Formats: sequence, C-alpha cells, structure tokens
Amino acid sequence: MRRLSWFNATSLSLGFAFLYLPMIILIIYSFNASKLVTVWAGFSTKWYGELFRNEAFLDAAWVTIRVAVMSSTLATILGTMAAYVLVRAGQFYGRTLFSGMIYAPLVMPEVITGLSLLLLFIGIGLDRGVVTIVLAHTTFSMCYVSVVVSSRLVTFDRSLEEAAQDLGCTPMESFRLVTLPIIAPAVLSGWLLAFTLSLDDLVIASFASGPSSTTLPIKIYSAVRLGVSPEINALSTIMIGIVTVGVVTASIMTKRAAVKQMRDEQAAERAGE
Amino acid sequence: MAQVAAQKPVFAPWDDPKQAPLIQFKNVIKRFGDFVAIDDMTIDIYEREFFALLGPSGCGKTTMMRMLAGFERPTEGQILLGGQDIDAIPPNKRSVNMMFQSYALFPHLSVWENIAFGLKRQKLPKEQIDERVNEMLRLTRLSKFAKRKPHQISGGQRQRVALARSLARAPKLLLLDEPLGALDKKLRQETQFELMDIQEKTGTTFVIVTHDQEEAMTVASRVAVMDEGVMVQVDTPAKIYEAPNSVYVADFIGDVNIIEGRANQTSDQINIAWAEGQPSIVGTSTETTFAPDEKIYFAIRPEKVSISAEKPEDTPNAFQGTILDIAYLGNISTYYVRMPSGQTIKAQTANTRRLSRRNFTWEDKVWVSFTTTAGVCLKE
Amino acid sequence: MRRFILISVPYAWLLALFLIPFAIVIKISLSDTVIAIPPYAPTLDLAGGWAGIVEFFQGVDFETFEFLTSDDLYWKAYLSSLKIAVIATAITLAVGYPIAYGMTRVAPEWRPTLLMLVILPFWTSFLIRVYAWMGILGQDGLINQALLWLGVIDQPLTILNTPTAVYIGIVYTYLPFMILPIYSALEKLDDSLLEAAEDLGCSRFTTFWLVTWPLSRNGIIAGSFLVFIPTLGEFVIPSLLGGSKTLMIGKVLWEEFFSNRDWPVASAVAVILLLILIIPIILFQRNEQKQREAEG
Repeated sequence: MRRLSWFNATSLSLGFAFLYLPMIILIIYSFNASKLVTVWAGFSTKWYGELFRNEAFLDAAWVTIRVAVMSSTLATILGTMAAYVLVRAGQFYGRTLFSGMIYAPLVMPEVITGLSLLLLFIGIGLDRGVVTIVLAHTTFSMCYVSVVVSSRLVTFDRSLEEAAQDLGCTPMESFRLVTLPIIAPAVLSGWLLAFTLSLDDLVIASFASGPSSTTLPIKIYSAVRLGVSPEINALSTIMIGIVTVGVVTASIMTKRAAVKQMRDEQAAERAGE
Repeated sequence: MAQVAAQKPVFAPWDDPKQAPLIQFKNVIKRFGDFVAIDDMTIDIYEREFFALLGPSGCGKTTMMRMLAGFERPTEGQILLGGQDIDAIPPNKRSVNMMFQSYALFPHLSVWENIAFGLKRQKLPKEQIDERVNEMLRLTRLSKFAKRKPHQISGGQRQRVALARSLARAPKLLLLDEPLGALDKKLRQETQFELMDIQEKTGTTFVIVTHDQEEAMTVASRVAVMDEGVMVQVDTPAKIYEAPNSVYVADFIGDVNIIEGRANQTSDQINIAWAEGQPSIVGTSTETTFAPDEKIYFAIRPEKVSISAEKPEDTPNAFQGTILDIAYLGNISTYYVRMPSGQTIKAQTANTRRLSRRNFTWEDKVWVSFTTTAGVCLKE
Repeated sequence: MRRFILISVPYAWLLALFLIPFAIVIKISLSDTVIAIPPYAPTLDLAGGWAGIVEFFQGVDFETFEFLTSDDLYWKAYLSSLKIAVIATAITLAVGYPIAYGMTRVAPEWRPTLLMLVILPFWTSFLIRVYAWMGILGQDGLINQALLWLGVIDQPLTILNTPTAVYIGIVYTYLPFMILPIYSALEKLDDSLLEAAEDLGCSRFTTFWLVTWPLSRNGIIAGSFLVFIPTLGEFVIPSLLGGSKTLMIGKVLWEEFFSNRDWPVASAVAVILLLILIIPIILFQRNEQKQREAEG
C-alpha cells in the first residue's frame, strides 16, 4: 500500500499549480475590460469580438490550419513508413544514417533546422509560401510520428501477420486488413501530434514562410514582442480551450474503452467453458 | 456360432509400399548463421496421419513446422507437398494452414469474421462462405459466440476459434503449434480427444508440435522424437514406448530405469554384467548385435518391475535391495529400491490395497524382478 | 521490390530535406558576405562544370569562422547558452523529479488523470505558455502587483527581461519533457524491490537513495537530454522573456540572419552550435538505443 507522504502531496500540488496557474491567469485576463492587460477593470468579452474582426489574424489562422492538415497527413504517411523500416527492415545499407536522421530532429534546436531548410529552398530556387512551410513541417513532424508508431510496432504481435498470410493474404493485404486496423490508435496519435506541432511552430515557420503565407504563431509573436495584448489573451484562451476539450475527451474515451475491455474479458473467463 | 469381433483396419500407410506420401523432406538442412537447426532431415508423412513432432525447446520442431507453413525456407534440400516442391510458393498460396500457439486471433474482428477471413481471400461467393463458417462453428461448438470479439470469450473458446479458422479452408495439411499449451490439464485432455475426432472426421493430415509427451502419445498416429535438429526415432506411440531405439528416447518418454553394463551375447539372449556380486541381467534382443564386453544400456519401465518380499522363482532377473523411498501418487506407488552396488531401481505398482495395509515400507529388504522380455537393450 | 520502396521513400525525403540542408549550411558558412541576393558568395554554379567547382573551392575560406573568434559576442553567447542550459536542466530536474515521484505514489486510479494533467500543457501552444509569463513577470505584472499590494516591496521588481525570467520560462515549458520519462521509469519500478530494501534494514530515505534513484537513472538521463539539447539553441524564450541582457546563441543566430542579413555568419554560428551538440545528441541516441534493446 503506497503512502502519500506530506512531501509528495505538497510537491504534487505545488507542481500542478505551477503548471496551470499561468494559463488560468491568462484566461482570466482575457475577460479583462481594460486594455492594460494586467490591471483589472471589470469583466468583458469585447476582446473576443475584436479578435474575430481582425482579418489578418483570421487569414493567418486559415493558413495555419491548412498547413497543419497537409503536413500532418504527409508526415503520418512518411513517419509510418519510417517506423516500419526501423522496426522491421533489419539490416540494410546505410541503416545507421537513417536512424540518425530520424531521431536527430527530435532534439535539434529549431533555429538550425529552420535555417538549413531556408537555405535549401533558396538554393533550389523554390519560392517561399505555403508549400515550403508544409515541406518543412512534414520533415520534422515525420520524426515524431515515427517514434510514436515504431513504439507500437515493437509490441505488435507478428504472429497476427503470419496468420493473415497463412490464411491467404499477400503481405500488402495483411498490412491493410490486419496490421493497420490494429495500430490505428498509434497512427492517429501520431497524426494529432504532428498536427499540434505544426499548429504551434514559430521558428521553423518564420524561416520557411513567405510574405503571403504568415502563420498564426508568426502573427502572435510579432504582436507580443511589443508587450502583452488583450487580443492575444483572447486567442490564447480559445486555443487552450480547444486543446483542453480535445485532451480531456480523448482521455475519457480511452479510459472507458479500457474499462469495457477489461470487463468483457473478466465476464468471458467467468462464463468459461 | 462364434462371432468374430469386427476389427478396425489398422491405419499404417507408412508400411504400405503402394502409398505415396503427402509430405516429403529430402535431406533438408536449415541453418541460422552458424547454428544448425535442422540437420539433414529426410522423412515422409502420409495423408490422414496425425503426426507429432516431439522434443525439448530448441530441437528444431518449430522450425520444421514453419518451413512447412512457408515462414522459413530450407538452406539446403527439398520439401515436397503432394509431389510438388513448395520452396518457391509463398505461405499465402500453399494449401497448408496453421494453428498458432498464441492463437493469433484478429482482435479487431469478431469470431465469425475471423473464421471467414481465409475464405474471403479465396473470393468465394457469399453463400458459400456463410455455409462454411456455420459448418465450422457447429464443428467447434461456437455457434453461440459468432458475434463476439476474441477478448469477450474465454481461453478455451479462443482455442476453438483458432482451430475453426485454420480448418475453414479445408487445407490438405494442418499444422498445430503447441495448441493445448495454454489450457489447464482437464481441458487439455478433453480437447485432445476432440482434436482426434475432428481430424478423423475431416480426413485432414495433422502435424502437431509439442513438448508434452503425454499429449503426443495420446493423439498421434506416429511420433517423431527430435533432438538437436535430428529425428531420433519415428514410430507409433506403442513402439516408441515399448521399443525405444536409444537411451534418449527411452528417457524422454515416460519413466524408465537405465542400467549400464557390459554385454555378453549368446544365440538367444544377452547377458548383462551390471554390478559386482550380482547375477547378470538376462535380456532379449532382436536386430542389434553386441560385441563381447561391449557397453550396453538396459532400459526397463518401472511398471514392468515387480517388487516382492520373497525371491521370485519364475525369472532369472531377480535382485535384492532395500527400499530407499516410496512415492505415493494416489493410484500408483513408485518404490525406489537401492541395490548393494549403489544403483537405484524404480518399481511401480498399482495401489490395489489401501496405504496402511501394504506389505512394504522404508528400509525393507525386497526383491525386484522382471521377465527377460520386459526390457530393451540399447547401444546408446 | 516492395521493401526497397518502403525504405527509399522516407530515406530520400530525409536526405533531401534534412541532410542536404545541413551540407548547405556548412557550405554557406564557408562563403563571404556580399550585398546581393542571395547575400553570400561564391555561389556554387554547377553549370560551370568542373571549373565551376574548383572556382568554388578556391573561393571558400574560413574567414567567417575567424570572424566569430574575433568578436567577443559569439563565444560569450555560446558560453552563456551552455551555462543557462545546464542550470535550467538542473532546476527542471529538481522540480520535475518530485512531481514524477509523487505521481507514482498516488492511488492507481488517479494516475491516468494526473498523467493527462501533465500532458495537457504539452499539447498547448508553446508560444502561448511563454507569453503567459510576460503578463506575470512584467513591471505591472501579477507578481509585482501582488507583492506591492501585500506591502512586501515598494518598488516593482524587474524580473522580466532578465536571465531569471528565462530560467522560469524554460523550466515551465520543458517541465513535461522531464516529468514524463522519469514517471515512466519510476512506474516500471517493482514495489517488491522497495519492500525488500526496507526488509533488509533501509530507512525510507536510504531506500530512495540506494534503490529508487539509481533505477530511475534512465528516465533522468532521457529527461535531461530532452531539456538540455533544445534549450541550448532556444530562441523564443530568451527573445520574449530575456530581453537584451540575456545572451543566447539561438537569439544571436536569428538576429544575424533576419536583422543583419549576414547569412554566412548565421550559418557559421549554426555549424559551431551543431558541433557543440553532436556529442550530447549521439549520447542521447545511444541511450535511447540501449533502452529500446533492453525492453525489446
């Protein structure tokens, strides 16, 4: 029986307070009627209205969403292929380089990746715009996807694929009919991860974007460099809200599914032979 | 009028020169790097056999099975199925199906869809698939569970789904990889008879891999005892038990006394000098000839060793010793009798009388005896 | 054939969009700055054939690198970044470990919820979370307001635009990266090991020090790398929270590129940063490899 000492209880409470208070404060300030963000002047939702009237922000948001959808889908396909290579392909010429390239972007400072990609685009004469941002985001996102999918593949029961082939599937069919449906949750989390990374990226987008393709993070950054802004608070609250709803829903759904699975298994064993 | 009891025809295609084997291994060698998993194997398996590959972990039985299924390819040699070399045929195109040790049921499909899976790959018309799946469900008594998913049924039921799924395509050959390992003892025994029943009914050739010798002896028409990539002996269960060809096989199956000695062969018997001060063991031998004084192993099963207080007069093989230990197993007792020369001989008797009323107890001086034909003389 | 496609598609992508760009960075770091578009010379003119390549190699020099060593700014920035990264990683470890440990001590039914609470900030925009601190640490930010109101101070403290703000920002944003690997390592710890230690005479503290701490080492190492390596080249946090007083190499690189339009210098800064990072990156990958093999 594990005991929760006062030390642990305190560190947990302080820790989570530390993690959440800044965001809660942000949310509270977004309803501050005063333009001086930190001086409370009464409750108001006018900044949300201002936000939705701001064309520049809305355009940037649209660009950002388009880029995120395209890059995360592409990254998921490439990342899943890469995961397969890492887990299943065994030895091949240049394998060390391959795994190095897959894991390096996870820890590489974004300024380096961003700079290098921009220099590439200029070198081959590619105009910077939505396409270049998508290419850039796909490249670093696919590494995250491959980490998520490969850790699922490692624990995947290969006898399921053998059984599928034994029953008449070609290797492609066994992937499509058996492997993919079963690893689908991991692939989906990979997609979501890539989506979030793309949505949130500032540094690489700054290097890879052009004048007509400003993303939301770039807009936010240029706004806040000058100081706090109430519209940004409103925007932040909306984004925090969306993420919270998403994460909490996903959590509840996973928990429910796991509980149901366990109950089913227990019932089956009890009913027995 | 005397009635002649109807005799079931003895199933022994391996003895029939007119029968063509279904499976042929011809000098098959399988290497994994430096490790030789299968060492020059040549064996014929016939249709409708229930053939068991028996041996400890690492003996190569699973490798043999995977080569038949198509998941491994022989390094050298040929494997023929129905006269055809199957090396180039991928697993999905062979008329061989496998029942996996872990069952490998598709967790995202229902029992029905699992069984129908192989049939759908054959692109059969829907009515035919439905009919066949229902047939399989009836055969394995799973009709009630058709809509359930694998995690919603018990372990024994999952095993039956795996069996139904592997039989659905009516393969010529069914491979079973330790199919009963996950079941508890009682369930295992019931399922063994079910398997034999289904095999006979469907007329499919079964090749089963197991490390459980009781299982092999129960279900198989022939058992291949394997060790380190080689088939040490291939015979019916009776012959394997009563006439093992080596100490390894004698020891692997059931309980046995192995007595080492020096041979002295005459025209009709073999005298074995096995202990100082004791008369020779008298045994019989058929094909093997032993040179004078050659090392010989005498294998005799404990149930064939009688134990008595007085010296029995009906056999030359009678030796006196002291009871070292008694293992009481409910239906039988095994007596460990220590000989003056140091060896321990196991004698087994059924407990026809209750524990307190038996003749022997620890430290008693007793005579162990056996007939001259009860044991087997082996060279190694 | 299938296998070939499976391997070559992602491989080719990574070569083209990851490796080759690095080669270009190196190449440009060896070029000179010119007022032109693009603002560097010589450019590699492949159309010029072999002569063009030779001319290119004649034109490159280490002038940019020499420049980096001559101006104090650069090596000071590297050093400052190293110092900040090391200290920030240590603080994050000190803050994150007790949280991860506490999470393993609560009743099992609460753990998924706590895990979700740790992951939620991770999914929230990095930029927004850093921005949040601007409103708290500023002259009229929440902290100053509170302290003034309580009468603890009479003049607002300058926290924003100092290294302290940067430390707070780094610890705040990278905390989930430290907590998750440590939690995962601690979670795998077998309770019976701790009971055995106590059975053999350890106090609760000694049990922790001799059993729990060493066995959570993998998590500590992974978490530390996940914080240290990106922090070294961090840009957003020093830019928004650090002001001009905080010198970090990521900011220097950005300014060289966007403000000074000096691409060769920016590239040279990147090359040296990469060289500094190569050893930690390789160590990190080795550690991950070992972990994977141990589990798999």
